Amino acid sequence: MSTNAVWVWVEQFRGRAAIPSWEALGQARRLADQLGAQAVACVFGHNVESIAQESIAYGADKVFLADDATLAEFRVEPYAALLTRLAQEHQPGIILAAATTRGRDTLGAVSADLETGLMADAIGLDLENGTLVVTRPVYAGKLIAKVICPERRPQMATLRPRAFPRPQADPARTGEIVTVPPALSEDQIASKVVDFLAEEGKVSLADASIIVSGGRGVGGPEGFKPLFELAEVLGAAVGASRAAVDAGWIPYAHQVGQTGRTVSPDLYIACGISGAIQHQAGMRTAKVIVAINKDPEAPIFKLARYGIVGDLFKVVPALTQEFKRRLGKT
Amino acid sequence: MHVVVCTKLTPDTTAKVTVDERGVVSWGDAKLVVNPWDEYAIEEAIRLKEAHGGTATVICMGPEEYKEALKESVARGCDDAVLLWDEHMAGADTLATATVLAGAVQKMGDVDVVLFGKQAIDGDTGQTAAHVARRLGWPQLTYVCKIRQIDPATRTIVVERLLEEGRQVVQARLPAVISVVKDINEPRYPSFLGIRKAAKLAIPVWTTADLGLSSPRVGAAGSGVRWPQVLPLPPRGGQCEFIEGTPEEQARLLVDKLLAEKVI
Repeated sequence: MSTNAVWVWVEQFRGRAAIPSWEALGQARRLADQLGAQAVACVFGHNVESIAQESIAYGADKVFLADDATLAEFRVEPYAALLTRLAQEHQPGIILAAATTRGRDTLGAVSADLETGLMADAIGLDLENGTLVVTRPVYAGKLIAKVICPERRPQMATLRPRAFPRPQADPARTGEIVTVPPALSEDQIASKVVDFLAEEGKVSLADASIIVSGGRGVGGPEGFKPLFELAEVLGAAVGASRAAVDAGWIPYAHQVGQTGRTVSPDLYIACGISGAIQHQAGMRTAKVIVAINKDPEAPIFKLARYGIVGDLFKVVPALTQEFKRRLGKT
Repeated sequence: MHVVVCTKLTPDTTAKVTVDERGVVSWGDAKLVVNPWDEYAIEEAIRLKEAHGGTATVICMGPEEYKEALKESVARGCDDAVLLWDEHMAGADTLATATVLAGAVQKMGDVDVVLFGKQAIDGDTGQTAAHVARRLGWPQLTYVCKIRQIDPATRTIVVERLLEEGRQVVQARLPAVISVVKDINEPRYPSFLGIRKAAKLAIPVWTTADLGLSSPRVGAAGSGVRWPQVLPLPPRGGQCEFIEGTPEEQARLLVDKLLAEKVI
């Protein structure tokens, strides 16, 4: 028999919690309050006790903390084995995580272990008669589905980053930290992390609140330069359409759209992007979309709140100068 | 080396997908295509086979018309194809789908690598590969953008995985389940010989019983997730406001508006 407790797997990279995990914890707190139950954070890593404390500040009543060298780098086997074991012991009603690469990996494995459904990429969470109702985009964002896991427990879902508000941390909150041992020893783990090639000094697309993105209209690799300059002033990440990536103008890690990343920034500035349906699939949930394009008929303008018909090589530098002036960066 | 690639058919991206008042999703007469992400998995399966010898087998769970996806994979260079289907398998979520796919891999017995595309463009969950890895008890290497090294003799594989912060380099034991992203390769087109071979290929259909599974474990009965409601997308608010003037004037007006929106 499952409890009503709402759990969150709090993801971390090199000792820093992923922001989307706090968004998930905010939802866990809200659901737990509605259910009159506990919000529980699961923090796995090495030297990550501060993240356990932070989890309490962000709304957890209780934290399961596993601090061990085998958990230092993310690997799905030890992480999933531990989350599965804890869930079997304590029978939560709901388990949430961010719909990041690690979140989908870990919950994907755990849901198979626990023989329960996994609802991916939630943009809305509600309770109806105690059952979790997940709202999520399907068919490349063309439709919205409400999905449930009515019979099996726990109910599991991953939450699209930036679809839910980041809660306010309250350092005065108190909660219980329960230390747990890892589920696997090193010799039971079939994979080893041998290296990590970090994209140093760049804002990652996944958690960027502003994205400046370029498409075919950018014209070549050097055409991205004004976009990087605008991004620098705004603290934004740089995205790209498939056309620009396939032309070899910018690495694949920047691609937004159907065969790239799905993003939900507050502001998406599309420069020289026509807005093919494949591109829209990756960015249509942005709060405000600005389109800069020479072609007034480009489909991107149907999605945009603000449009500028013109030469991006004139408009983008003008925007950079204007933002510098207004944001006091000159 | 025996490589298995799992694929599915999805409505073409450009299809106009609609939903009626009963919640039935349709895409008119738009054709179904091989899931775009799977093209990279199919290509990688063929490359592994070419580099190391052995067989590339493509599998797919779905009704008879899904044989088209299998034929296309064979036309590109896969050797064998198996369709997994009977009426019990209908209405599956990712978990029940994984049960069938893992069952097929186990039935083959000699598989070294199972390949998936990162996700399918209809359900967009990206979690089936993880379920299958778990069902098989094999290492799960997702979001792979490069296979650096694969050694069937020492049973090891080294891959680069594309995560949010960069690329994680992981070494794992074989057999393993891998999902790939677009960066890994450039898919080839079907060859003339391949198309001829695919046209003549008799594709076996494995049923729930063939896989040694019971009907409550597959299809809707074996699923956790239900879709009680599918809705059209709420329209985006309002029309595009075009900003006129010289580039400097446009920049000033746009910055005014964006600062007022509080998105910066």
